[in-house]
Amino acid sequence: MMYFSRLKTWTVLGVCLAGLLLCLPNLFAPPANWMPWRTIHLGLDLRGGSYLLLEVDMTTVMKERLDSLGDNARQTLRRAGITRFVVSVQQAQQRLLVRINDGDKQAAALTALRELAAATVPGQRPDLIFDTQDDGQITITLSPVALKERAAAAVAQSIEIVRRRVDETGVSEPIIARQGDARIIVQLPGIEDPNRIKELLGKTARMTFRLTDETANVTGAPPPGVDFLPMEGKSGQKIAVRRRVEVDGANLTDARAGQNSQNGDWVVNFTFDSLGTRRFAEISRANVGHPFAIVLDDKVISAPVIREPITGGRGQISGSFTAASATDLSVLLRAGALPAPLTVVEERSVGPELGADAIRAGAIALGVGFVLVMVFMAVFYGLFGWFANVALLANLILMAAVLSLLEATLTLPGMAGILLTLGMAVDANILINERIREEVRNGRSPLNAMEVGFQRAFSTIIDSNATAFLAHVMLFAFGAGPVRGFAVTITVGIVTSIFTATMLARLFMVRWYASTRPSVLPV
Amino acid sequence: MFMRPMFRLVPDNLNFHYMRGRFLGLAVSAVLSIASVCLFFYPGLSLGIDFKGGIIMEVKTPAAADIGKIRAALSGQGLRTEGVQRFGDDSSVAIRLEAQATEAATQVVVTKVRTALEAAQPGTRVLRTDAVGASVSNELFRDGMAALGFSLAMILVYIWFRFEWQFAVGAVVTLILDVTKAIGFLAVTRLDFDLVMVGAILTIIGYSTNDKVVVYDRMRENLRKYKTMPLRELIDLSINETLGRTLGTSLTVFLASLPLALFGGSTLSGFAWCMLFGIVVGTSSSIFIAAPILLFLGEHRLRRDAQPAKAEPGVSAAEPKGS
Repeated sequence: MMYFSRLKTWTVLGVCLAGLLLCLPNLFAPPANWMPWRTIHLGLDLRGGSYLLLEVDMTTVMKERLDSLGDNARQTLRRAGITRFVVSVQQAQQRLLVRINDGDKQAAALTALRELAAATVPGQRPDLIFDTQDDGQITITLSPVALKERAAAAVAQSIEIVRRRVDETGVSEPIIARQGDARIIVQLPGIEDPNRIKELLGKTARMTFRLTDETANVTGAPPPGVDFLPMEGKSGQKIAVRRRVEVDGANLTDARAGQNSQNGDWVVNFTFDSLGTRRFAEISRANVGHPFAIVLDDKVISAPVIREPITGGRGQISGSFTAASATDLSVLLRAGALPAPLTVVEERSVGPELGADAIRAGAIALGVGFVLVMVFMAVFYGLFGWFANVALLANLILMAAVLSLLEATLTLPGMAGILLTLGMAVDANILINERIREEVRNGRSPLNAMEVGFQRAFSTIIDSNATAFLAHVMLFAFGAGPVRGFAVTITVGIVTSIFTATMLARLFMVRWYASTRPSVLPV
Repeated sequence: MFMRPMFRLVPDNLNFHYMRGRFLGLAVSAVLSIASVCLFFYPGLSLGIDFKGGIIMEVKTPAAADIGKIRAALSGQGLRTEGVQRFGDDSSVAIRLEAQATEAATQVVVTKVRTALEAAQPGTRVLRTDAVGASVSNELFRDGMAALGFSLAMILVYIWFRFEWQFAVGAVVTLILDVTKAIGFLAVTRLDFDLVMVGAILTIIGYSTNDKVVVYDRMRENLRKYKTMPLRELIDLSINETLGRTLGTSLTVFLASLPLALFGGSTLSGFAWCMLFGIVVGTSSSIFIAAPILLFLGEHRLRRDAQPAKAEPGVSAAEPKGS
């Protein structure tokens, strides 16, 4: 234990030097873009910013799938020449219930309905399970696997849309990531008030162009195939809108806020893609003189009368817009519609000055704690305590280096973790020093006492650090948010402290012994 | 200071009979832990926002805060607050609201608070918002408890592998006693129990185990060294031999946590006070709890190789350690 080969000496010193180099990127800006420049990131609680946890509404995803499946089933049956049937959606059981009242067409109906499954993407397993009940009713159940795939696709698509919407607002370095099955984490550094972004993310923004039903009486019950939708900005007023979607917002290629050249009102100008242009031209040609409705999330934002066929693929939405709401709508339209509504289930935002306060408090605590531990070691362990102190400094540097390499996020609890690590890191040195002291008392020669002291203390050091390590790995696995930062700094600190206490401090002691050859150890 | 140590923590050749106080130690510990468990049920822990859900907003008013006006504006928005109070300086106010029934309702409330503040004292800035919905807080609580449970289990398994089962049982029973006391401490001090506090308790567990492992390690070594010494004396000897290290490490961790408690700010001071308490409990339990439990469990088993005639090879006290 007391012999260090030249190679080993240089390796230990090399690791410390490498640690020092790896810390440097935290202090300087990268000199060139091609250089790998890994740094520790400050958590939102230290730099200020907002953290939002969004949940994708999966019941909506499922409901929409069932509704569209129901529509398809009705069309399919009609096409098969079956007229007397009832299709009902049973959302709780995730299935459709089809009752055929033409007694002899049961088999034909089932054959026709089976095509619904075949019509889905080829090469995949059918996502529908068909069954005939005792009373002759046909059930069409969504398979759990297919439902799961659909949910995963909905979350993935939501993340994409959220990213586009957040990017449009110009937030720098946002982090958008999936969490669990149906959640999305959005981190917005520097955003103290996330209200605007919450509003942007809170809208599904599904825009549809539909025809209206001018004959319907909006005070009664809506006729089949027609919805009574409220008019945006005019409370109480409802418009009879046909359910059939003529053109979807997904067919837009661009949307920009602008001002109407005649009256200066805020409007949103949009451009259709080729499919949308063609569809819109057809519809407008066939319905000149009639109103159509522009519907956004089940609200009619505008219902202008078609004066002439619109064939250029360009249009304008005018409503009761302000500059801000026109801009927001254009952002939403450009980014596309969410497949399902998002709910904010957790929000944490910290202003930059609170973050600065937290950094200051953490730095003071860190500084004072560091000094107290060093003084303690010097007072109670003398020279060997100073060796431990230098090792402690090296440990701090190595921790920073590893955290930089991992590009870890430093949070306020993470700073507490660093401080606790410093307190516990000297434990290894204390174990070694106490052991050496004991061996000296047992009458061993200095060299022998150091040798045996290190040897005996080593397995204890491993044992005691292993348990602390396990506890914090668990915290990392199950913890969330800033606490993970705590777990990361402590686990990293445990590993680096074993190195600095058993290798670096020992190297110092060996070199010191070799150069002074003392007859008595200063313990 | 630069060469020889100025002080010794523990005098050389200390010979103190800890095991004489084993009943007293266990009794005090049991009483404290039972009291803590009672405190856990009544009045219970003050759950932090992570686990209870709800809204906390810290705001800064442009001039001195008018608490009455803010309260009136909040109730004008139909909001029931749990507390509106000043903290720090005159213009800093903390507003706490209960968890709402649904996540969406929680978000509506956050917006309403902002509106109310703007009405009460225009120019008020919201410095911090924490809004945790009911379902998320339940999950966070479940995950926090899972982290606690799994780390206890992992530590049990680790000690089981490295030592005999008596050591493992002794360590885990002591840890449970330590953790209950820490929870009692939180119940008495009304510190918020949140995720950071779970971190503190886990650190206490890690630290306390660490402490026990060192003492146990020495006992194992001494079991091999002194084949005929009665277990009781052997435990006393082992504690005396490791006392310098036990106190030394406790003090350094204590010294590292103290500035956090004093200067760490609102988030960390609760964490640090809990740590400080845990260090004291963890250190004393290594001596007065973990060791006596081992004495009770191991009196007839761990010393079997003391009488060579009855020795069973499979249950020798310890495997040879690496040298």
